[in-house]
Amino acid sequence: MALLEVKDLEVSYGLIKAVKGVSFEVEQGEIVALIGANGAGKTTIMHALNAIIPKSGGSVSFDGEDITSIAAHKLVSKGMAQVPEGRRIFQELSVLENLKMGYYCKKGRAEYEAKLAEMYSYFPILKERSGQIAGTLSGGEQQMLAMSRALMSSPKLLLLDEPSMGLSPLYVNTIFDMIKKVNENGTTVLLVEQNAKKALSIANRAYVLDLGKMTKSGSGEELLNDEDVRRAYLGG
Amino acid sequence: MEFISAIISGLSMGGTYAMIALGYTMVYGIAKMLNFAHGDVIMVGAYMLFVAIVSAKLPVWVGIMIAILVCTIFGIVIERLAYKPLRGASPLAVLITAIGVSFLLQALAQIVFGSEQKNVSALMINGSLKLGEVSIDYSTLVTLAVAAVIMVALTLFVKLTKVGRAMLAVSEDRDAARLMGVDVNFVIMITFIIGSALAGVAGVFKLMKSPAVTPTLGAMPGIKAFTAAVIGGIGSIPGAMVGGVLLGIVEAICLKTPIAAYTDAIEFAILIIILLVKPSGLLGKKRREKV
Repeated sequence: MALLEVKDLEVSYGLIKAVKGVSFEVEQGEIVALIGANGAGKTTIMHALNAIIPKSGGSVSFDGEDITSIAAHKLVSKGMAQVPEGRRIFQELSVLENLKMGYYCKKGRAEYEAKLAEMYSYFPILKERSGQIAGTLSGGEQQMLAMSRALMSSPKLLLLDEPSMGLSPLYVNTIFDMIKKVNENGTTVLLVEQNAKKALSIANRAYVLDLGKMTKSGSGEELLNDEDVRRAYLGG
Repeated sequence: MEFISAIISGLSMGGTYAMIALGYTMVYGIAKMLNFAHGDVIMVGAYMLFVAIVSAKLPVWVGIMIAILVCTIFGIVIERLAYKPLRGASPLAVLITAIGVSFLLQALAQIVFGSEQKNVSALMINGSLKLGEVSIDYSTLVTLAVAAVIMVALTLFVKLTKVGRAMLAVSEDRDAARLMGVDVNFVIMITFIIGSALAGVAGVFKLMKSPAVTPTLGAMPGIKAFTAAVIGGIGSIPGAMVGGVLLGIVEAICLKTPIAAYTDAIEFAILIIILLVKPSGLLGKKRREKV
């Protein structure tokens, strides 16, 4: 059974249907990417998976359990963490306090220390800045913090929403290297990206989303070489 | 010398305002609503002191405990019955509901206790401390000390505990906090509990200064404390403390001058001026979005 199974997911904003019956799955250990243009419904799907916005139809199961109508705050302890679009770190808290928030659902001092050390080894800059107010970090540093914050809960599945948005190419590479590393260490990743080329280059499999519907799916490589995908999302 | 004692009594008055303003500002910061029934919880506390100390003849400290406990229960019940069903509703609907709850509490007090004034004199502390030419009422000193201890404790609670950090996180970004696994309803409940308990303390402070208990006892301090919260920057905990103390000092100084009759007008004028110069209040932060 797949780690995450989404069946016929529908999400509406008032009368407008933003996601019109989308199905996909993520197997244990994979990196799966959802790509698509602005307004395709990528972020809406991410928010619906984490129950930040209500689903209007369909079902979601995670790790063998139906989570369609489970409250948002209960999903973290089930092993699902999200790095939301725009990072959404707590700007007025310090870097360390943000990381502590990532550990909110977990207990145990020793594991906390170990997790913190792990994050600091991934991104040494966070250790240097641990006492600094998070709002003063640069965009790239904030993205590192947002990722580390989500990883503090040792999730089985990490949802990443537009991790490359607004970052310099150098930081984009750092973040994508990090995604690969996190995945190699055993975390399954579901990635939403507008930077389709970058996303497809690290994804095992990917789905193409257009106007709230899945239009294509395949391995990262297949989609990178697909005529339609090249024309629509990779600039020819 | 007159001036020094005015400042000190202002600090203690400000401490009372700060107690109430903290309730307003924390609820606003975390639940994003103006709880206009907050002032009336003070009145509930005052009547509980009356029931416990005057009617039931319980010792004063027991009465204080009961009053604070009942205020807390009122806070929980009000939140559950009136505000929780409106989570996600338009802010105007919530605001009108809060005003409705305020009227409801006042009307209930009038039905249960009648509209004539009740007196609780057991809390009055007579006498004053004389330091040279400066004389400070004992009640002022007690208020000041208790308010200071509570403010320090609350600051430490928010800064150092897990729940406190969750409160800050929810107040900054509710959805991001949910993604961390924070139960927002639980945090809002804790906020109402703390705010209402502080309103109970404010009720005790009030009866230390004057013994009169009426159904509208909480209205004016409520409005003043709301003003203090806005002056300090609504949503900001240190802001509520600064705003409360500032307002208290202004009030105490005005009361010693020939324009004492205009004290309220002056306080509200200060609010208007501060909002014109700094719309987010003294310590309020303008949230900027980084893209």
